[in-house]
Amino acid sequence: MTGWLLALVQLALFVLGAPLLVIWVKRVKCFLQNRRAPSMLQPYRDLGKLFRKQVVLAENASQLFRMAPYIVFAAMVLAAFTVPLIAIQLPTAAIADMLVLVGFLAIGRFFITLAGMDVGTAFGGMGSSREVSLSAFAEPAMLMVIFTLAMTAQSTNLSSVMQYLIDVGLVLRPSLMFALLGMLLVAVAETGRVPVDNPATHLELTMVHEAMILEYSGRHLAMMEWAAQLKLMIFGALVVNIFFPWGLATEFTLVAIAIGIAAMIIKLAVLGVVLALSETVLAKMRVFRVPEYLNLAFLLALLGALSHIILEVGV
Amino acid sequence: MAIDFALAAVLAALGSSLVSTAAHKVPSVLRYLAFPLLAVSGAAATVAGFMVMGNGEVLVTTLPVGLPWLEWQIRVDVLSALFLTIIGIVTFAVAIFGPGYVREYEHGQHPLAQLGIFTGLFITGMLLVVMANDAFLFMIAWELMSLSSYFLVMFHHEQAANRRAGFLYLLMAHVGGLAILLGYGVLATFGDGFSFDAMRAAPLTPLWASVAFALTFVGFGMKAGLVPLHAWLPEAHPVAPSHISALMSGVMLKVAIYGFIRVTLDLIGDVHWGWGVVALLIGSISALLGVLYALQQNDLKRLLAYSSIENIGIIFLALGMALVFLGTGLPKLGAIALVAALFHTFNHAIFKSLLFLGAGNIVQRTHEQNLERMGGLLTRLPYTGFFFLIGCMSIAALPPFNGFASEWLTFQAALQAAELKNGVLRALIPFTAAMLALTGALALACFVKAYGVAFLGQPRSRRVRHARKTAYGMRFAQGLLATICVLAGVFPNVVVNLLDTIPRMLTGTGLQSATTQGWLWLTPVAPGVASYSAPLVLVGILVTWLIAWWFSHPRGARSVRRGPAWDCGFGPLGPTMQYTSTSFAMPIRRIFAPVWGIEEKIERQVDEYGLRVSRLSHQQRVYDRSWAALYEPIARWVQFAARRVSRLQQGNIRVYIAYSFFTLLLLLWVIS
Repeated sequence: MTGWLLALVQLALFVLGAPLLVIWVKRVKCFLQNRRAPSMLQPYRDLGKLFRKQVVLAENASQLFRMAPYIVFAAMVLAAFTVPLIAIQLPTAAIADMLVLVGFLAIGRFFITLAGMDVGTAFGGMGSSREVSLSAFAEPAMLMVIFTLAMTAQSTNLSSVMQYLIDVGLVLRPSLMFALLGMLLVAVAETGRVPVDNPATHLELTMVHEAMILEYSGRHLAMMEWAAQLKLMIFGALVVNIFFPWGLATEFTLVAIAIGIAAMIIKLAVLGVVLALSETVLAKMRVFRVPEYLNLAFLLALLGALSHIILEVGV
Repeated sequence: MAIDFALAAVLAALGSSLVSTAAHKVPSVLRYLAFPLLAVSGAAATVAGFMVMGNGEVLVTTLPVGLPWLEWQIRVDVLSALFLTIIGIVTFAVAIFGPGYVREYEHGQHPLAQLGIFTGLFITGMLLVVMANDAFLFMIAWELMSLSSYFLVMFHHEQAANRRAGFLYLLMAHVGGLAILLGYGVLATFGDGFSFDAMRAAPLTPLWASVAFALTFVGFGMKAGLVPLHAWLPEAHPVAPSHISALMSGVMLKVAIYGFIRVTLDLIGDVHWGWGVVALLIGSISALLGVLYALQQNDLKRLLAYSSIENIGIIFLALGMALVFLGTGLPKLGAIALVAALFHTFNHAIFKSLLFLGAGNIVQRTHEQNLERMGGLLTRLPYTGFFFLIGCMSIAALPPFNGFASEWLTFQAALQAAELKNGVLRALIPFTAAMLALTGALALACFVKAYGVAFLGQPRSRRVRHARKTAYGMRFAQGLLATICVLAGVFPNVVVNLLDTIPRMLTGTGLQSATTQGWLWLTPVAPGVASYSAPLVLVGILVTWLIAWWFSHPRGARSVRRGPAWDCGFGPLGPTMQYTSTSFAMPIRRIFAPVWGIEEKIERQVDEYGLRVSRLSHQQRVYDRSWAALYEPIARWVQFAARRVSRLQQGNIRVYIAYSFFTLLLLLWVIS
């Protein structure tokens, strides 16, 4: 029972805390670029404003267009449900493993791209076309990372993988290093950050995610935005909790959970600084350079899997 | 009992074929008699299949027809039962779909009798193939299936392209049939008899076993559409009437899978892991190339046909994995991979038939098969749109639908590759799993394109704009298949439990722990290694959806206003401004450019001052590279050889008499 309760608390932290990670990255970027930063509450104000506004639908928008934001949001919430944030060995961990997590992300992508094509503007189709093409490379790379982890820990269950990595302690394995690099590249691409996509602009030559949701307004837009923020949080939690699993609560006591929450905040804050630094230093790539970038991610992940098979099995 | 149902299914299909002979006088006999008989046949086959899979029995009987010393032997075991079920379900759906679909042919110039007769024979052939217990009956049924489907492919024979497709289909079917026949020949020689029981007992040397495997792999692979033997498939499947396309893509390809499993795992029995490597490699290449070609098609039915190649590739990938595991003495993992392959076989039969029926619905309502002329069909054909969406989600392997469950099992089997002793195999299997991952992501892209261009956006042609609602039977058939997609996806345990009997029968080992944790959890290897709960996933999505909707939806005030879409201030948005099927696939075409042969022609006219482009036309053709690489050289070689041989024909009577004379001399010399 405590387990299920803790799972719900963790989910609430995930969903409600997701905007904080985004604004944290934005604030660090502002600091680095000598700009005045918005308040930490700004994303909540934006979401609240959008929820209160009336929805303006395009004349030929179909039912799918109206359903998509909820499905995308639900898919992201379920994905968040499967990712340990502060504690592992929760009873919810058995519902879905890492492969199902990739499936949840795919549901979100399926509906957001279809919604992009629904109104029949050139923008939406362009965004959808680019999104599916780029993710066709990002998804195998992510699965390759997952294979490496699964073969290392003998399990596709995220919770078991983290438990395994906590148990064996910090060992510098080549396979995990490659997997981490691959995962970082995939995370940047999947969450639509610089240098793959820029969430802050509406420049038609380069945009991907914003092009698909251009026709959305009101609460539908809020759902889509919130889902995107959740996705960033999910990938952040994946990176820090798989590769740096320290501080995760393994038992359900108040002290352990408090440590888990503190560790999570520190780790994500550090990751946010790293992300902001890379976004400040790097420039946005041309769209057709992105596949090369994602091929690099796939290659790194493949090297990770191969070095696991060749160097580490049976050693 | 079950065998009576199975034989009743065969008789009903034959009966449907017989009554259709009256259709050239009374066209409505097809709707009121032939299709209901097919429905009976489908239902009986499904019942028989479920009964046998439920209690795992092996039923044997002999039919008093056939050769004097070899009567037709019938055997229904769990493997046959699965394929009987697949044939039965799809036939039933097609029989319900059919009456609404053929109505428009009743006033056309097409001979309805031909359609009915050959549909019945086609299904009879498929049913008999999976029930045969001797090579003789198997080959007769196989040829019945191939020949009758040839006439169905040629139904619209007034177009030259269709005649060409039909000829190619006939040719390839016979080359494949020849390879299968030779494979049986090897087995029959060693086993001393045509019956499968004799072949099972045949003491094969490893070399001859490999020869038999190679022959059957080529033969069944040709029928199943493995790359590079696939060229007939995207030509033949789309040109048949749509419910026949559903039967061909959904069921006939599965019959080839059945043959492959029957011969390799049952008749030869003693598998070598090297065969698995071949199947694994060919399967992953087929999967990847199939989906890449599917992505570039603009014809909806052709796209679906190429996607069948992809799915057959996935099935063979899993089968290859099963062979590798079984050949290296890991029967438990082999069982997981085999169940994954069979599960995907079932799933593909269901969702591909669903998609072909949906495509047929569109074709019948709009007379358009080209995606570039569709659009906005979701609001015009809402039921078809909804069911087609379920089909797309299943084939794109999204949880909690059925395609995801089988791909998840395949991945789980692949991830156990670390248990293999051989280092190369240990590296090869995760690599093919990566190919499968790439295939899955591209399949999602492909079906987003198909659905987005056909059903969303604005209509691109007049006939599509005026599409109206469909017959109830056609809706019901699609709804039935869509329901099965959802049920098999949400309750994979039920399906896995039924399929588990097949590896138990073939190898003696089943899944140890797949469903030990209750109906809610699927745990193929062990509960700690991997678990998936499709029912909870579905509940989770629905609950979150409801909560999100409930909290965000304002009460009272009118919450939605309709307005024109943002047109950047340039005036109204027309249907031609949308992304088309060609443009949607452009980034992938550019990234994977060497895969296809692409011909692109751009013509631009400028005005008299050379400043403004007044007219711009763009033509593009994407063609299959296998033609230039494999088929055309063979065709050239055959023609060259034929010309050489034709020099014998002098047209001079004295030369012919000399030929006869020398032949006689030669024969006399041989005899003496």
